[in-house]
Amino acid sequence: MYKILTKKVLNPTVIQMEIEAPLVANKARAGQFIILRVDGEGERIPLTVAGVDKSRGAVKIIFQVVGATTEKLKHKAEGDFIEDFVGPLGRPTETDGIKKVCIIGGGVGCAIAMPVAKEFAALGADVTSIIGFRNKELVILEDEFKSCSKRAFLVTDDGSYGEKGNVCMPLGRLLQSGEKFDMIIAIGPLVMMKFVVEAARPYNIPVTVSMNPIMIDGTGMCGGCRLTLNQNGKMVTKFACVDGPDFDGYQVDFDEAMSRGRMYAEFERHAYTDTCNLFGKEVE
Amino acid sequence: MALNPKKHEMPTQEPSVRSCNFNEVALGYTEEIAIAEANRCLNCKTKPCVAGCPVNIDIPDFITKIKEHNFEGAYESIAKSSSLPAVCGRVCPQENQCESKCTMGIKFEPVGIGRLERFVADWHNENTTNLPKKPDSNGKRVAVVGSGPSGLTCAGDLAKKGYEVTVFEALHTAGGVLVYGIPEFRLPKSIVAKEVETLKALGVKIETNVVIGKTLTVDELFDMGFEAVFIGSGAGLPNFMGIKGESLKGVYSANEFLTRSNLMKAYIDSPNTPIMKGGNVAVVGGGNVAMDAARTALRLGADKVYIVYRRSMEELPARKEEVEHAIEEGIDFKLLCNPVEILGYENSENPRDSKNGFVTGIKCIRMELGEPDERGRRRPVPVENSEFVLDVDTVIMSIGTSPNPLIKSTTDGLEVNSRGGIVVSEDGLTSRNAVYAGGDAVTGAATVISAMGAGKTAATAIDRYLSK
Repeated sequence: MYKILTKKVLNPTVIQMEIEAPLVANKARAGQFIILRVDGEGERIPLTVAGVDKSRGAVKIIFQVVGATTEKLKHKAEGDFIEDFVGPLGRPTETDGIKKVCIIGGGVGCAIAMPVAKEFAALGADVTSIIGFRNKELVILEDEFKSCSKRAFLVTDDGSYGEKGNVCMPLGRLLQSGEKFDMIIAIGPLVMMKFVVEAARPYNIPVTVSMNPIMIDGTGMCGGCRLTLNQNGKMVTKFACVDGPDFDGYQVDFDEAMSRGRMYAEFERHAYTDTCNLFGKEVE
Repeated sequence: MALNPKKHEMPTQEPSVRSCNFNEVALGYTEEIAIAEANRCLNCKTKPCVAGCPVNIDIPDFITKIKEHNFEGAYESIAKSSSLPAVCGRVCPQENQCESKCTMGIKFEPVGIGRLERFVADWHNENTTNLPKKPDSNGKRVAVVGSGPSGLTCAGDLAKKGYEVTVFEALHTAGGVLVYGIPEFRLPKSIVAKEVETLKALGVKIETNVVIGKTLTVDELFDMGFEAVFIGSGAGLPNFMGIKGESLKGVYSANEFLTRSNLMKAYIDSPNTPIMKGGNVAVVGGGNVAMDAARTALRLGADKVYIVYRRSMEELPARKEEVEHAIEEGIDFKLLCNPVEILGYENSENPRDSKNGFVTGIKCIRMELGEPDERGRRRPVPVENSEFVLDVDTVIMSIGTSPNPLIKSTTDGLEVNSRGGIVVSEDGLTSRNAVYAGGDAVTGAATVISAMGAGKTAATAIDRYLSK
């Protein structure tokens, strides 16, 4: 059992928790993930590590309430326990040789992008951050990004806060004005990452994307998290849990990943409705 | 009394009943049948059966005790050599091991050693509640990586000798392939849990949710005070064929399909983990895992389940008993067939059609057997223009696994072979001092009992090393 040390509501659907897991806290680095089960009957869900505090043995996770498991987790309070918490899994984000980086976060993906931005800042890199949300109400981690970025951009789809538009707009302007990055790191919805790749393509700037496919064990056993990379015309199967979660954005088959991500959409909707009924809540 | 030339039949659930439930297929011998079967044993002096057992159980000794109605004595005899008797009695391929050496087998059917072993273990589990006592500690600590058959065996043997053993398991439940891979109807999970409890009573500590190679490294285990490490991390990444359509929705590896059903309990009515149920299912491959996947799919409500295998029945690697059970249950064997493409639904007019990207069929080509390959198996060759399509909703790829990269990539000086398997000596010693390995992590996908044998060999070697 793993204790919930702190809990903080970041916006109406996004929650931050610190979980007591000293072994994981000791090892976790930006870009890696953990797998948790809320209770003994629950599914295993992967969540990216949003930060650690080694002295307290705490691992920070930030999650959006999207389905049955995250709804159950939301109802846990500080001091409660969750059944399982294992990690750190996957490879940390590659930082070697990157002096100037653009970190792009979309929605709850900002929770994953933030520790990556912090890590680059700590290494002395020149960090530009671009974060995007649907509207003002959903904005998270704005100050954290500002504090570790040389330049910080914030956009909302509806213009209710920051610039109106999507993350590709400030990125496009920067690239057009001749800005050169050693690397662009995009973390967010698949469709956002796909368009960031397209925006960067004419300028030949490398793009790393963080994939978050359906997963069970997270240790390279089940193969459910596989994705297809196009490596110079050769189609290669890779596993997000052991080979990733970071991949070269130019190689990823995003359309296939989006399709695979919807495999259990129907099942998940039912499970979510059932869980919401259990907690007497309206399904959004 | 004349000797019965045949083994006593194993009572089983009717095929038509069992294909709709997850209860165990084989029901086990009664006391009467067990004694009658034990009486078929000639108790010959040469004991060829013992040499056929990877963990060297004193088979004539435990069978003699059954004849004498001393079932607990028979259990104690087995327990001296095997840490998991109820498991082995169920999943060992006895026909290729102990029973293949049985003197009775020269003229008649061999003694049903496996069935007797299972009877004894089940009798013990039902009639004895006292767990074994923890032996006096010798103060030496050993770490075991993975709680599958090799790890549990190694842990049990060392604990019995007084070592302080900690088993590290990556998943949330101990048992490895015994819980995530082998289905309930072949090996009830309560039996695995019982065997694990027995080990805990011997003093074995089990730490779940620890991934060696990630949470802790092998070197850190030594820093923590462990004096030897056994790696039994099992098989790794599932293989795929590399044909078109393998990323469609509805294509699983056997590992994923079985893990969803077994470990994540998708076979129970109200699971939290989804799985594709019903429709038609094609399982590609011919091993025991393929049989398990096919029979699981059937029990989850499939209308029709095919096994697609590129060679003929003669070369099919699964245990005969499992194949017979599968056939009885109505699994359709498409032999001498090889998949060339998996077909998916695509509504070109509506990209938002929710059926888009789901499997609709598997295109196969007929094969014929050509010249034998280096292992003596006749190589299958495609028959030109013989393609045909099976209409299916789910495809399960069961064509083996490649070793897991996590430990190799984080342990300096650990030598692996070209296939990624850890290189070990006869004793199970790796290229690293005090680091031993066994099971699928060394051999690639193999049997439960061979993994147990490797765990046992390594335990003996670790004891010898730490007793110096």
